[in-house]
Amino acid sequence: MTPAPDLIVSGSATIDGTSLFAPLTLTLGAGQWTCLLGGSGVGKTTVLRLIAGLDTGATFAGDISASDGQPVTDRVAYMAQDDLLLPWATVAQNITLGARLRGEKPDLARRDRLIGRMRLQDHIGKKPSELSGGQRQRVALARTLMEDRPIVLLDEPFSALDARTRADMQDLAAEALQGRTVLLVTHDPAEAARLGQAIHVMTQHGLTPCQPPHAPAPRRVDDLETLETQGSLLRMLREEAA
Amino acid sequence: MKILSPLAATLFALAVWQAIVSLTGLPKFILPGPALVAETWWQNRWLIAEHTWITAVEVVIGLACGTILGVITALQLANSRAARVLVQPMLVFTQALPVFALAPLLTLWLGYGLWSKVAMAVLIIYFPITSSFFDGLMRTPTGYLDLARTMQASPRAVLWHIRIPAALPSLASGLRLAAVYAPIGAVIGEWVGSSQGLGYLMLLANGRAKTDLMFAAMLTLGVFSVLLHLIIRRATARMAGETH
Repeated sequence: MTPAPDLIVSGSATIDGTSLFAPLTLTLGAGQWTCLLGGSGVGKTTVLRLIAGLDTGATFAGDISASDGQPVTDRVAYMAQDDLLLPWATVAQNITLGARLRGEKPDLARRDRLIGRMRLQDHIGKKPSELSGGQRQRVALARTLMEDRPIVLLDEPFSALDARTRADMQDLAAEALQGRTVLLVTHDPAEAARLGQAIHVMTQHGLTPCQPPHAPAPRRVDDLETLETQGSLLRMLREEAA
Repeated sequence: MKILSPLAATLFALAVWQAIVSLTGLPKFILPGPALVAETWWQNRWLIAEHTWITAVEVVIGLACGTILGVITALQLANSRAARVLVQPMLVFTQALPVFALAPLLTLWLGYGLWSKVAMAVLIIYFPITSSFFDGLMRTPTGYLDLARTMQASPRAVLWHIRIPAALPSLASGLRLAAVYAPIGAVIGEWVGSSQGLGYLMLLANGRAKTDLMFAAMLTLGVFSVLLHLIIRRATARMAGETH
């Protein structure tokens, strides 16, 4: 894995000639968690998919580059709201999917370490349908970590989980993805306040950077400054929508 | 319950059948009663078994060939846009032709024996197999494809590890349809020209006003088709992603 680079996205996107988002410049700090917070339809997922090199249905005019000058799309790992576990494959097979798709031999020692770290030892041979939502997302996180990429793109990966499981997953992900350049797209102000080392509120008019709380992420769920940040982020979202 | 309900349905059907025969007093060459058909079946069991075997061989070979052809066609269609443009309309057109109309041609080309019936069975199941598997291959959830893309998967690897496994439940439903259609194809082939098989036996019995034998052969065909369907259903349960 190359060291995590800064990532700079600048440009604008249109769908069939209608502006999706105005010209914006988003810098993802090297080895940092950047949260992109916004309501539905403001194009935050489009930003993430552009970085990943995935189809967006939008036309992007601009530039996406890494500070080390190397290509971006083959150094990203991607995790979505839907865990995207293959229903016919076991937990272990799902975790090593990337290697199989590239025709490589999976690093089994690494896989087993990740299985331990994600507390999945008892589920190795199970199919995804036998797991709970939280367990499934832990498998998805293990699969993401198995890719060992310097840039990690998270598209609301915890939004379908219940509150407790979500907080657990946030802790686990924050710890596991340390040192990587992470973009977390979310519509949840609480999530952004807990995890963001940089926080941007995205609206049709562009990006507004916000001051993250001072405590190191992941912040305690009852940390006062974090709760205050969550409140002010929500206020911003509501004002923008009005 | 699982066995009881078909059993009850069968008994009910037999009762209705017997009632119609008793009430209308129809002569036995028009509508034989269940008891007579059972007796005829028993007397002719070896004859019926011989012809059933012939039809079964045609159907099984037809199913196997049709499945292989259908699977290959679907993979080609899924893989190449050119194949889709060229072949797909043709496929629909062949389906628009009634198989019945092709049967005499097939007999002319392939003769009175086994292969014209196999060809009929293949023709009749080729489309359901191809189109169900092809649909499955084209309907891979986009999330999987996105994930594979970020993992730098080759198109070949995506096909093998994601698209084909994701399409197997669709192929399973195609196969289940095929199990019902294949005997129809084989029997049509036998009607048009043959010297053996259940279709031939039915025509022969009908021509000689042996309606009881005709019924016995027809019911045997029905039981055979249902059994085949159950076997294929069982065999494709894992493919369809059904957990037991």
